[in-house]
Amino acid sequence: MNILVCLKQTFDTEERIVIENGKIKEDGVKFVINPYDEYAVEEAIRLRDDLGGQVTVITVGPERAEEALRTALAMGADEAILADDPALFGDEYTAAKVLAAIVKQREFDLIIAGNQAVDDGSGQVAVRLAEELGIPHVSTLTKLEVNGNQVVAHRDAEGDEEIVEASLPLLVTAQQGLNEPRYPSLIGIRKANKKPLTKVTLADLGLSLEDIEARTEITETFLPAPKTAGQILSGDLADQVKELVSALKTKDKVVG
Amino acid sequence: MNFELPEEVLQMKDIVRDFVENEVEPLAMQIEEENCVPDALLERSKALGLFGLSIPEEYGGMGLSMLGKCAIYEELGKTINGYTTILGAHNGIGSVGIVELSNEEQRRRYLPKMATGEWIGAFALTEPQAGSNAAALRTTAVKKGDRYILNGQKIYITNAPIAHVFTVMAVTDPAKGPKGITSFIVERNFKGFQMGKVEKKMGLHGSHTAQLYFEDMEVPEENVLGQEGQGYVNALKILANGRAGLAARCLGSCQYLLDRSVRYALEREQFGKPIFEQQIIQHYLSEMAVEIETLRWLTYRVAWMTDQGMNVVKEAAMLKLYGSEVYNRIADKAVQIHGGVGYIAEYPIERFYRDARITRIYEGTSEIQKNIIAAQLKKEYTR
Ligand SMILES: Cc1cc2nc3c(=O)[nH]c(=O)nc-3n(C[C@H](O)[C@H](O)[C@H](O)COP(=O)(O)OP(=O)(O)OC[C@H]3O[C@@H](n4cnc5c(N)ncnc54)[C@H](O)[C@@H]3O)c2cc1C
Repeated sequence: MNILVCLKQTFDTEERIVIENGKIKEDGVKFVINPYDEYAVEEAIRLRDDLGGQVTVITVGPERAEEALRTALAMGADEAILADDPALFGDEYTAAKVLAAIVKQREFDLIIAGNQAVDDGSGQVAVRLAEELGIPHVSTLTKLEVNGNQVVAHRDAEGDEEIVEASLPLLVTAQQGLNEPRYPSLIGIRKANKKPLTKVTLADLGLSLEDIEARTEITETFLPAPKTAGQILSGDLADQVKELVSALKTKDKVVG
Repeated sequence: MNFELPEEVLQMKDIVRDFVENEVEPLAMQIEEENCVPDALLERSKALGLFGLSIPEEYGGMGLSMLGKCAIYEELGKTINGYTTILGAHNGIGSVGIVELSNEEQRRRYLPKMATGEWIGAFALTEPQAGSNAAALRTTAVKKGDRYILNGQKIYITNAPIAHVFTVMAVTDPAKGPKGITSFIVERNFKGFQMGKVEKKMGLHGSHTAQLYFEDMEVPEENVLGQEGQGYVNALKILANGRAGLAARCLGSCQYLLDRSVRYALEREQFGKPIFEQQIIQHYLSEMAVEIETLRWLTYRVAWMTDQGMNVVKEAAMLKLYGSEVYNRIADKAVQIHGGVGYIAEYPIERFYRDARITRIYEGTSEIQKNIIAAQLKKEYTR
């Protein structure tokens, strides 16, 4: 069974976000494998250990993302692909196009990705990739069973559990609770440094800049307004309710 | 000069840091109170590879350089020292003798199981009459056919309750003094091996130190470690090898205490401002930071020298002395900066204060380290 895992390197969730000159500052920041993608890597390794085959981890991202790939290799993945050519960077549309081009160059039965990346939180790339490849997808998995060609996927449907049957080839995305990712072992780290890691460029993928040009534009990056002190209502209960309703309507426009 | 750790070492250090932060630290209070490291944590530590640091790759370990080991010990020092000591004693004095001095057959028998942590190692030198003066051993080993018969008592043996493999020093020829001592690999299930009392200690909770009794214990002759008569030299070599590692653990604990102390000083307000604004607190913190930086580079320098195969007898003694003394000074300042909080068992500072104290005593007291340094100086100046 050939399993491809799409992963992204993101800020450690405990990092503080600092914006400088309209950009998020990266100096001195600790980067990790996007936590949802870590579930994807873990699931892929477990399936491979059960069913045999090969796990390939793929990322589109800057050179530093190699570290995330090495960590996945240290956890047990077999091979890694890094698309670190800046010409390949754009938005979710771009990422899906680039990933599709990489995936089309190899054989696969199953693609596993994270449900979303904790940085941009768009949750689009994996699903777009399935569309690009013309294969079905099941998202936000909490349990995955593979029997021959058949897959039973338990998905978190906004708090309820939905059980979906599908057949390979298939793309799935991982939700928290799918598994508990392992730590890479120390010996795994040493082995990872000897495993193949291929870098690909725009030319390698036979893509042109127009093919993958971003469809969105970031016009401004800013931090959410700092939390202000709360307001405690007092007085007659009926008045409090009126005041609350009007506050919900006018301040912050919580209800329209 | 190159002050950077190799990439692979940095990667391992990162993983161990995450593991310590997420898997060990949350259990520290529990370990302290129950005086027990949960089996599940030991198992996870084994899976990570933390029991194979010293053992060569061909026997299933990591075969790390001293530099690599020190980098990992630094991270392990940032949590409850009882947990750290189990690993330190196993990877250090508990397995280094077998790695460095054994023959191929012994290596094949012991190292693979020690590398996975299935067999934990311990080092048994100290006796009631032989502490700092390790040459005064009374445990005897008498050759009888194809085996040695050992009789005697060992005290303060770290990991004894959980260890399977012991590096034991005993007297084979009382007439020869230190040259009549031999080291043996002893397994816990050898006939005549008995564990005595487990000591109650000031600190290092979770790590256990116990007495051993050997009553006509039979040790096969193939379990002699190195040459007969070399046991004292072997013991000194094993201890010298462990010194950098111990200092690296002290370094991690010091760094933990500085981190805590700076943060606390910035947060805690008295007289209308953070206590950090008091110059004396700033000076305490500065002194701590300078000593830590000094300790860090002495540690990595001695580790590097060791890896180059240089003679580090003097430097390792300096490092063990400095690391343990600095740890104690810093623990004392950390308590002071934390005030009452520093003395209350609900917070970790007092635990480090108690745990620091042993580092000036075991693996050669501070006084003995000074004796070693002075002896080396005398040698250098009277050549
Ligand atoms: C928690 C713990 C764990 C231990 N783990 C192990 C272990 O795993 N294996 C093992 O073999 N041992 C172990 N030990 C023993 C430890 O190494 C000894 O306690 C230590 O070497 C000191 O010996 P001692 O206690 O007999 O003190 P003593 O040798 O009696 O020393 C008492 C004091 O006299 C000083 N002194 C002695 N001789 C001299 C001298 N020549 N010059 C100047 N000062 C001197 C000492 O520095 C010290 O201050 C452990 C001890 C403890 C407490």
